[in-house]
This record gives sequence, C-alpha cells and structure tokens, in this order.
Amino acid sequence: MNDLLQVRGISKRFGGLQAVSDVSFNLGEGEILGLIGPNGAGKTTLFNLVNGVFKSDAGTIAFWGKDITGRSPDQVVHLGLARTHQIVRPLSGMSVLENVIVGACFGREKQSMREARTTALEVLERVGLADRANSSARALTLAGKKRLEVARALAARPKLLLLDEVLAGLNPTEIGQMISLILSIRDGGVSVFMIEHVMQAIMNLSDRIVVLNLGRKIAEAPPAEVVKNADVVEAYLGFPDIVDKLRGAQ
Amino acid sequence: MMLRRPLFWMILVLAAVFAWLPQHGNNVALREDLILVAVAIILTSNLNLMIGYTGYVNFGHIVFYGLGGYVGLYLMTVRSWHLIPAALTAGVAVSLLALLFGLGILRLRGAYFALATIGVLEAVQAFVSNFESWGRSTGMYVSFESYAPLGGPKHALWSTYFLVIAVMALSLILSLGIRRSKFGLGLFAIREDEDAAIVLGVNATLYKAIIYSVSAFLPAVAGALMFFKNGMIDPSIAFEYMLSLEGIVMLMLGGQGTVAGSALGAGLYERLRSYLLTSPRLSAFHLVIAGALLLLVIRLAPGGLIGWLYRLAPRSREVIE
Amino acid sequence: MSGILASMIDGLLIGSVYGLAAMGLSLIWGVMDVINLTHGAMIALGMFGMYLLFGASAANPYLLLIPVIAAGFFLGIIVYWLSVSWVIDRPQLMSLLSTFAVNMMVIGIGTAIWSTSPYNVNFSLPGITVGAYTFTGNHIAAAVSAVVIALLLELFLYRTRAGKAIRAVADNRDAAELMGISSTRVLMVAFAIGIALAAASGALVSTLFPFTILSGAGYQLKSFVVTVLAGLGKPFGALVAGVLLGLLEGAVSPFIAVSWIPLIEFGLFVVVLILFPRGIFGRANA
Repeated sequence: MNDLLQVRGISKRFGGLQAVSDVSFNLGEGEILGLIGPNGAGKTTLFNLVNGVFKSDAGTIAFWGKDITGRSPDQVVHLGLARTHQIVRPLSGMSVLENVIVGACFGREKQSMREARTTALEVLERVGLADRANSSARALTLAGKKRLEVARALAARPKLLLLDEVLAGLNPTEIGQMISLILSIRDGGVSVFMIEHVMQAIMNLSDRIVVLNLGRKIAEAPPAEVVKNADVVEAYLGFPDIVDKLRGAQ
Repeated sequence: MMLRRPLFWMILVLAAVFAWLPQHGNNVALREDLILVAVAIILTSNLNLMIGYTGYVNFGHIVFYGLGGYVGLYLMTVRSWHLIPAALTAGVAVSLLALLFGLGILRLRGAYFALATIGVLEAVQAFVSNFESWGRSTGMYVSFESYAPLGGPKHALWSTYFLVIAVMALSLILSLGIRRSKFGLGLFAIREDEDAAIVLGVNATLYKAIIYSVSAFLPAVAGALMFFKNGMIDPSIAFEYMLSLEGIVMLMLGGQGTVAGSALGAGLYERLRSYLLTSPRLSAFHLVIAGALLLLVIRLAPGGLIGWLYRLAPRSREVIE
Repeated sequence: MSGILASMIDGLLIGSVYGLAAMGLSLIWGVMDVINLTHGAMIALGMFGMYLLFGASAANPYLLLIPVIAAGFFLGIIVYWLSVSWVIDRPQLMSLLSTFAVNMMVIGIGTAIWSTSPYNVNFSLPGITVGAYTFTGNHIAAAVSAVVIALLLELFLYRTRAGKAIRAVADNRDAAELMGISSTRVLMVAFAIGIALAAASGALVSTLFPFTILSGAGYQLKSFVVTVLAGLGKPFGALVAGVLLGLLEGAVSPFIAVSWIPLIEFGLFVVVLILFPRGIFGRANA
C-alpha cells in the first residue's frame, strides 16, 4: 500500500499551550485511519494542521507525493485533500445544491458551473440529500447538515477526506447510514482520516487507529492492538464507558 | 448564456429609455434628473459587488468616484486628453490604487474593514486637499477649450450623458454577469462564511482583492465623466461622505445582493432625495429620513424591496435574477 | 521646560478625555460585541448637552457633568431599544448598520437644530504656569474629571453586584444566564453606561474647544484607535491608551499640520489591527 499522507514531526503551540507535539504518522491509500483521544488531546488541531488552517511550528506534511507543509487550505483542496468540520458550517444563505456546487467548483477538478451542477446532483444522490437539493441549507436537521458537509467535501473529488466527528449528535439510525456512506466512500477510492468519539463505530470502521493524548501520539496500530495498549487505556481512565466499549469491540 | 436572461434585456431597455427620453424633446431638465439617477445606479450596483455579493461593507465607496473625477480632470485639463481616454484611464488608475489599498485593508474582517474604508476615504481626501498638482483645496476647473473637441459645451453635455448611460448599463450587466458566474459563487461563499469558503477551495484573499478593485472601475469612470460635465472638482464635492452613506441606504432599500435591487433602490431613493432637497421644510431632515429609512429596512425587510418581492412572488426570481 | 514637553503634557491631559470616550465604546464592544456607530453622535450630544445646561444655569460645568451623564444614560436606553436590542445575536454587520442608521438620524436632527456652526462653552478656570508655559485650567480639570469618572466606573464594575453582573455577561452570556442574571437587562444597562460615558467625554470636550454637531466624528475615530490599542472590555486600559494617544498627539502636533493627525490615527488603527488582532494589551473580537 502506498502512503498517501506522510506527517513528520508536526507541532503547534498556542501561547502557553502545546496543543500538538511532534506527531508523525502515515496514512495509506485506500485506508480508513481513525484518530481518537480524550477531549483536548489535539485532534481537531491536528486536522487543522494537515489541511492548512494552521501552520505547523515544525515538521513536514507530504500528500500524494507533494510537500504541502505551509500551504493554505484552498491550495490543499486543489491537491485533493478535503475536510468536514466538527461544528457544521453550512453556507446558510444558499441552497443545499448551491453549497455542493461550491465544493465542486473550487475542488480538485475546478469544474465549471455546469459540470459542478452535475457533480453536485450526483453527490447529493449518493449521500441521500437529493430530495432536499433546493431547500435552504439552514433548514436542514443536524443529520442533514452533517451529510451536507460530507457532500460538499466529496464534490471536491478528493483523494483523501478528513472527517471531524461526523457522527456526533446523530441517532443510531443516522449513525448507521453515515457508516455505510463512509464505507462506500472508501470503496469508491477515497481514503478517509476520521476523528470520532463513537468508539464502536471507529473501532469497526478503521483499518488502523492513531491515538493522541495531550498533543502527543501514544499509539498507531490496528484497533485490536490499540485496545490492548496500556497507554491508551490509561489515557482514557476515568471514563469507564470508554474502557468497556474498547473491551466490547475486541 | 447571458443573452438568455430576461434581466439582460431589461437592462438594455432601461438604458435605451434613459437615452431616448430626454433627447426626444431636447428636454435638458429631464436629462439632468436622469443623469443623477444613472450615477446613483452606477454607484449602488458597484457597491453591491462588495456588500451584497462579498459581504464586506464599504463605507467609503465614494472615494473611487471622486478619485476618478480628479484623475480624469487632471488628464483633460492639464494634459489636454480627450474625454474618453481620460475617463478610461481614470478607471484603470483608480482600480489599481484600489488594489493597493485593498491589499492592506482586506485582511481585516467584517466591521474592522468597514471602519477602515472610512479611513481610506478620509486619507484620500486629506491627501488630495494638500496635493499641489491637483489644486489643493481649491481643486480644478474645466476650461472652455476642453469642451471644443466634443463640439462645444452643449454637445459635450449630451455626449457625456450618453456615456454615463452606457456606464450605467455596463455596471448592471457586470453585476449580472458576476452574479451568475463561478467567481460570483465564490464571492457569495465568502459572504456566507469566509473560513468555510477557504476550506472549500476559494482563494478568498485573491477574490476579495479582485472584487474591491473591480468595484472601483466603473464608478471612477463615471466620476471622470460627471466632474467633466459639471466643469469643476474640489475635495469637498469629490468625497462627499454623505453620498457614500446614501449608497448604502439605496442598496439596502432596493435589496442588497440583487442586481434589480441596486437599480430599484438607487432610482427610488434618488427621486426621494431630489424631492427632499428642493423642499424648503424638509431639506434639513434629509439625513434623518435617510437614517430612518435604513433603520426601517434593516428591521422590517432586510432583503429590501426586491427581497420582499421574492417573498410575495417567488417565481419573479427567475425573471429578474 | 521645552515646547515639546509642554505639548506632550497637554496632550496627556486631553488624552484622558479620549480615554473616557473610548471607555464607553470599549465597554459596549466588549460586553455585547456591538460596534456602536452612534458613539460620535452621542459625544456630540454631550457637547451640546453641556452647552445647553451651562447656558441655562451658569453652574460649574464639572457639576453639570452629573445631569449630562444621567441624560446620556437614559438616551442610551432609548438608543438600545431602537437599534441594538434586536441585533445582539445577529451578524455584527447588522449592528454596524443599525447603529449607523441611528447616527445618521441624530446628526440630521442635530444639524437641523444647531446647523454646522461652531459653539462654545464660555467657562475658564485659571491655569497653572510652569516657566514659560501655562497649562489651561480647563484641561487640567477635564483630565481630573475623566480620571474620577474612570475610577468610579472601575469601582462600579468590580465592587457592585450590577457591575459584576455586567462582567459576567461580558465573559460568558449563557453561563451568566444560567446563574440567574437577566442578560437583556444587563446588556441594556451596559449599553446605557457606554453612551453616558460618551456623553460625559463630549461634555468635557465642550469646555476645551469650540465644537459643532459634526465634531463627534473625530473623537469617534480616536475612540476606535484607543480601543484597538487597549483591547476590548478593559475600561481602565482604555484610559491608559487614551492618555498615550494624547501624548503621541502632543509630541507630533508641533511639527505637523492638524489636518494630518486624523490620517495618522487612521493609519495607526489599521496597522494595529493588522498586527495585533487581539489588541496590544488584550483580547479583541477578531
């Protein structure tokens, strides 16, 4: 398996807080890589570093053979790396369809308006929002908005998709639907890097998992091994539910 | 594909009507009235590009108009250029200057940007008031000879009128073209959520700089034309803060973000303002009424008259958008 | 004493009035994230308020500050309900435009009543002479008044329940509401205080220089510069930054024509915002 993403030694400090400290890992083509860790571990900051929202204080990031260290988010999308946000950010004044068209127009293929429209309708069909295409993005339910985030990112025709807690706030049915969608995304040739707190889901979806605690990587292994890792269990101590779920996923 | 939009043809018809009406009966008074409406439409529709499309409020928009007037008049009186090349050069020069200013102030978001644009206006006004070659606070005036290449003052006034109408049509067509383009989509995304837009691949820095510069071009050309027609320019009439503010009122009144709205709001407000300024009792309240109108629009109908129309008759969107 | 030093000391005195004005702006901005574009108009109303009261009563202007502040407070409540109460949770640009609209209305009414002619408050305190330089009594009294008002504000914010409620709401509105604080009332009061401070600063300015209904705009710009220098929601910081601005003006004014000063201040404003989105001393809502 080729490495699609190679992260080496990235760090980020905010004033007195070292949010991410010397983190390195690889993500292979066709892989679903999970990212877990207690609250405040630096997971979203890591995402922000990878897709260029923050500039890393040190280290390098290589994506699909190119060095993307220090590139801005809009450049990174053009190279094939798209992301969703933990707190959804729909373009509220626009329709669902228009939102996705934006993704297609400014994504990797930089499509024209007409091409983008076709892509957008296709993607909306895939995520199950086709019937809401002309609704205002503001009017969607949370689950709908989450699917819109994914649709917008998919419309950019990425090679790698960063999903930030895309299951948070969803009910079991919606979670099931989103999981199927994620699997179909991977089957369609897009690799996935996902932050998730819903343990059962991420344990079952991920090929491998990176564990972050207090800004440092404490593990990078398949789920079965991560669950047995003493450091990981210790990091989560104090959250008995999590430990049980980890045990249950073996 | 723009030829298929009804609004495109409506714009051409509007321009044709403006052009034909006054010259039909050699009605100079009507021409003078209509030219003010046309200028209001030019300023408002270009302001719309910043406020309505991109979501960046420009309080100092009038600076482009005034600067265009200065550059144009300088080229015509001191360098003896002909009107049209002077006006076009004024447009280009002011756009480039806008690009320069933009690089500085477009890094500021939301309200900070809005405040900075006031500063740009005041900075330019102060600079021009002290600039020797442009007549400092006395300004410049157009000598009789400058009207000769256009066939004398009377003809010149008519020619200028038609040119202004052409600029008006161009402004509206430009607005329409951008609105339906990929570039316009990027601008709207910036307006909705700039950071999300960047993550989606929109080069916000570039787009903002371009639109700020573009929004300066036609007002600057119009400024060169108008101040030539009026025969003189000085810092106080070139950079009337009040006109900037009224531009915002016109835009909000008509419906920010829409092409038809900028024309409608400009037209209506311009008529209201003329009426107010000539009425002895009400002229002092001109500013009060403008402010009250703005407040009412924001509170009751933030989408302006066109927004209201869209709510009453959603199908109308297909025609006038 | 050299001319520049004298000019700077004078600037320091006047700067405390800038600081007072900025406190009003900063308080409102920090507590409810509203950029109050009526600020300049309210300063101008303070000027005319003092003019009218002094004209009617010939009482000591520094005592007349009290009714001016009270009137400013009530005016603030009216302005709040007219243009701010319903834009609190809307995009910041809405509050910008709606306070802007009120500003236009106030300036319009003011122009109708007082036109744009200059006015004056004819009151002079004897000055203090040091060597070849005399520091105007009014300047000194204005500085003292500004500092006193600032101290009272600090006391209010840190020692009274109402003040603490305001700081709580500024910090985290939802949490404050959960503690039983009525945020609507708090926001209204904070806004009214902000306006009262603006009016007070205008009243003080009226004893220093001739003024017109349009004079508030210049002080509004200075308030913005001071506020971004100090960072939001730090009233005493605003006073200090105001004094610094006054010092800067004093140092520069012997060499540059007065009309360039607003430009320099604008440049300062933009540069500070670009370099220090959080204000030099503290947090700004960037």
